Amino acid sequence: MAADVKTAQPLQYYRKFIEKDVRPDERTLEEFRPTVLNIGCVTTAEGSALVKLGNTTVMCGIKAEIASPKTEEPKKGYIVPNVELGPLCSILFRPGPPGDQAQRLSQFTNDVITHSCCINKEDLCIVPGKYVWVLYCDMVCLNYDGNISDACVLALLAALKNTSLPKVVWDEDTETIETDHNTTTQLNIICEPVSSTFSIFDNEVLLVDPTVEEESLSTGEVTIVTIDDKICMIRKPGGSPLTPQQLDLCINRSFIRSQEVIRLIQETLNSVDR
Amino acid sequence: MKMSEQKSGSQNVLRLMVCEMAHLSRPDGSATTFQGDTCVMTSVYGPTEVRMAKEQIDRTTVEVVYKPKSGLPSCAEKSLENIICNTCENILLGNAHPRSAINITVQEVQDSGSFTACCINCCCLALLDAGIGMKCTMAAVNCCIDNEENIIVDPTRKEEEQSQAVLTFAFDSKDKNIITVITKGKYSQQQFQKCLVLCRDASDSVFKFYRETMEKKLSKT
Repeated sequence: MAADVKTAQPLQYYRKFIEKDVRPDERTLEEFRPTVLNIGCVTTAEGSALVKLGNTTVMCGIKAEIASPKTEEPKKGYIVPNVELGPLCSILFRPGPPGDQAQRLSQFTNDVITHSCCINKEDLCIVPGKYVWVLYCDMVCLNYDGNISDACVLALLAALKNTSLPKVVWDEDTETIETDHNTTTQLNIICEPVSSTFSIFDNEVLLVDPTVEEESLSTGEVTIVTIDDKICMIRKPGGSPLTPQQLDLCINRSFIRSQEVIRLIQETLNSVDR
Repeated sequence: MKMSEQKSGSQNVLRLMVCEMAHLSRPDGSATTFQGDTCVMTSVYGPTEVRMAKEQIDRTTVEVVYKPKSGLPSCAEKSLENIICNTCENILLGNAHPRSAINITVQEVQDSGSFTACCINCCCLALLDAGIGMKCTMAAVNCCIDNEENIIVDPTRKEEEQSQAVLTFAFDSKDKNIITVITKGKYSQQQFQKCLVLCRDASDSVFKFYRETMEKKLSKT
């Protein structure tokens, strides 16, 4: 019976739950889904991580390549994030070139890296003006069940923390470089950006960490990226108007989430080391 | 532009806004808006025929195309298109024209700071010119936090580049609630609230500007 109501009248079905301050998957309105993190699962990549946020699964691999820098910034390397949403993860996506959402997400992850300044791009320099590292950060969605942006940012951060680059020696006489894969150095991550997404239900109720059904019924979305006790990005592209008080609630919740996530990453990294 | 040079005394004054409406003859509505030296041109067609794939049975589909001054649109432009599209969708009476589309084209003419805000304001004016049913109007205001932690409302491009954070807000005219927030750069929660209050106050002058522009347009005919 409940399943019939859900198919025929999804909005009413959700309203009945939200009246009682609970969601159909037994979460409260401000509760995230269980988050599972696996770091360093792809051994052929320089750094990797697998994130499961409920059913949403994102795999991030970081591949380092050597390239020549821009002439105007001879000491800076590049970071190229790319999000892939293929037909593997949901019926919403078709094979072929990246769709609008994938492009938006790639831009979002790129913005997170640039605005948080979590990597000093000069650390990626090998020989100024000649050789720098390019970090290709490929995020592949394996299972799409809502809130993909949080999962992508978490996977990216965890993978970057796992990244170590091989040592490169520059031979001045022959003007060539030699890569030593046996000695590697850990990439220095300056700060830890964490993203939290809220969806707006019925123009006023805020739901943390929406599933794909909640996203399809939502009337708006807010994504907040925080670093420790600072805000790094707020992204609310249209949707239902919010009062400043509601926005404040979101910000406070995202600060709490940020602490939880950083603890999770730390615990996972410690267990990997052992 | 003169206003921006004078505004060092009181920092929450917007640069001079100028708008020309209905200067394109083919679109249903058009507007060119200047905010200081920043200039955006927008045209609106609609309600018009919708592509089958994008048809929505209960409301109109809003499509935004953003044209940069030079080069091909990339991911960043796609992101801006999405912001403008969702923001406009929210103020339009979408249910009034089901199975139809409203096409908005935004052409960058000159970016001298506060560009996103200018795009949103220009779209709102073009929609007003097209006479499409709207719930309310919206006003976007940009501000930035400079390295001495001062808040500058409606910054120029140079001020934006030298700042630690740039924030863009869009408010509705009904309750002045926040439709859109886009921020870049690090800042604290207190700074965010200060920026919000300043921009919310500054949005009054944008709404006043809309009214004056419409009065001017209607008195002509």
